[in-house]
Amino acid sequence: MQVRLDELPYDTPATVSEIHWDSLSDRDARKLRNLGFDEGVAIEALYGAPFGGDPLAVRIGRMQIALRRAQARAIAVTPGGGLAA
Amino acid sequence: MTTIPLFALVGNPNAGKSALFNALTGARQKVGNYPGVTVERHAGRMSLPDGRPIELVDLPGTYGLEPTSPDEQVTRDVLFGTQDGERLPEAMIVVIDATNLDNHLRFVLQLRALGRPMVVALNMVDMAARDGLVVDEGKLASELGVPVIPTVAVRKRGLDALKDALADLSMVATAQPDTSVDRDIRHYQRESRRIAALATVEQPRGRAFTRTIDRVVLHPVAGPLILLALLFIMFQAVFAWSETPIGWIEGAQAWLAERAVATLPDNFLRDLLVEGIIAGVGSVVVFLPQILILFFFILLLEASGYMVRAAFLMDRMMAGVGLSGRSFIPLLSSFACAIPGIMATRSVEDPRERLTTIMIAPLMTCSARLPVYAVIIGAFIPARNVGGGVGLQGLVLLGLYVTGILGAMLAAWALRRSVAKGAPSGFTMEMPRYQLPQPRDLLIGLWQRAYAFLRRAGTIIMGVTVALWVLTSFPQAPVGEKQSEYSVAGRIASGLEVVLAPIGFNHEMSLAVIPAMAAREVAVSALQTVYAIDAGDDEEAGATALGTQLASRWSLPTALAFLAWFVFAPQCLSTIAVVRRETNGWKWPLFMLGYLFALAYLAAGATFWIATAAGL
Repeated sequence: MQVRLDELPYDTPATVSEIHWDSLSDRDARKLRNLGFDEGVAIEALYGAPFGGDPLAVRIGRMQIALRRAQARAIAVTPGGGLAA
Repeated sequence: MTTIPLFALVGNPNAGKSALFNALTGARQKVGNYPGVTVERHAGRMSLPDGRPIELVDLPGTYGLEPTSPDEQVTRDVLFGTQDGERLPEAMIVVIDATNLDNHLRFVLQLRALGRPMVVALNMVDMAARDGLVVDEGKLASELGVPVIPTVAVRKRGLDALKDALADLSMVATAQPDTSVDRDIRHYQRESRRIAALATVEQPRGRAFTRTIDRVVLHPVAGPLILLALLFIMFQAVFAWSETPIGWIEGAQAWLAERAVATLPDNFLRDLLVEGIIAGVGSVVVFLPQILILFFFILLLEASGYMVRAAFLMDRMMAGVGLSGRSFIPLLSSFACAIPGIMATRSVEDPRERLTTIMIAPLMTCSARLPVYAVIIGAFIPARNVGGGVGLQGLVLLGLYVTGILGAMLAAWALRRSVAKGAPSGFTMEMPRYQLPQPRDLLIGLWQRAYAFLRRAGTIIMGVTVALWVLTSFPQAPVGEKQSEYSVAGRIASGLEVVLAPIGFNHEMSLAVIPAMAAREVAVSALQTVYAIDAGDDEEAGATALGTQLASRWSLPTALAFLAWFVFAPQCLSTIAVVRRETNGWKWPLFMLGYLFALAYLAAGATFWIATAAGL
């Protein structure tokens, strides 16, 4: 079962299954790649900011990063697993 | 031109690169600027075990060789040997975080592809141990094919081994970097994860420490309250702790002026020295305590890892006016002084968001406005208790701060829909783990900021103060004429008065806003001087406290209009000069002057007319 990262419940380990790079701006895509976003990487949504939960704090690999829901929408994840590639 | 070898320190942000740089070079650092871009160049000296001196340059932290900001562009260009004002480094020290190999190794692989001599500093091995990770550096070195030295920069561990490894590097001085970098970094990514899994012997227990703190400080309710409390403590400290050192500086300034008056003959040069130079430089240095205290807190919050969390909490609010959480830090600095705040906008990646942040930074109530606010509020607002232990005077002061913030938000909103129009840039940032800040790194950071402030503001303010002193002192008024009206500045003020009279300003106020361009708080001393000089032989009137003088000469609507003016008016000239420097031209500083003057005029006018109509 695949969901978008912005719909993934908090504290649920998941794996990045697909990233729609073409729906991201060039710079956003580069930034996400630089921060280690890739198919097969372990991911988990940790916190949402006050007043609506945007931006999101997520764990990607061994890093904790912040991103807005607008960018998170381009990332499809598969809950369960935790199988770090 | 020195010919000593140049080594570059490279690494991801949050890998502990600056701590390693400080540990390797100590206080022997030079901060400059790369030509044509607003990116700082940090360089220092170190020596190898065999005594060879090395120049070490600390390149801006970056995640890869595909730049997403001017900082990252500089790092790439230096490593490619194409950066103006920098030679190609002979060797690289690549700093990586032992707890985050998956991501940091990818950058190492990219750098290795350049084919230049390099050593990897496997930093934060202590943190890795705390997280339950043991990294096999031997395996890492054999997989990567380059030397790997475990270090703990903040404890100065592993530095000797690192220097030994650098001394053993064989320098291939002629080889150019292979810049045919693969644009698709995904295979590096996978290779990096493979090596990380191989070299990491134990599985992590997780970042329990950081998670525990984050659960509290990022909590939807507790988080904003904690941020608010921290900001409150910070501003309390800025004003409470600075009183004593400010007293010392003022004392030293008075002593210097006294010595000059006592030892030098009474002539033009002495007046210039005492009233122009000593008073002018003093008016800048007096802000140093507040700026240092504010920066102490900001550096502390940054080094501990909290600042990114603060930006995270503020992002939603900033997004409402077209900015992002990244603009929060520069705007916070601007409450002490807009100059370091505007310099801090370099961390805002999106050029339009950065421009907007620069344009609204002067609307944050800087500490130079306080003396003006204090005098006017003290003279016109009754010290009444409005209930609950809250004083009316304090409430008015708070209102002025809030007005500035609201004005800034409104301006940002308008700018992002007009001259700085563009798509929202997003807020994608690493949230580093919490760390105990190191006193050494804090001190070096404080020293560099203090020095930059004094040099930039000092030279400009001194020049302007001297010029204004000349304008207000010449020509000398004949007997029976007021110096404040006869001097060049007085005549300019008379011209200004035509424009400013409709919003309730009198001649003295028109005169005071001229020197206030150099530094806002000068408005207070200017008013004092004007009333003292014009008091002439009537010593008693001249010695009356400024507050009492104002209360008897100004109407309440006039005083309120003056306050409103100071919330918005574009001062000081040093800020304008810094904006010119940071935006590379006169277009934006002139735009800033125009829009802020317009806002100030409207705000002061509206205040005056409404207050008059209300019969105050």
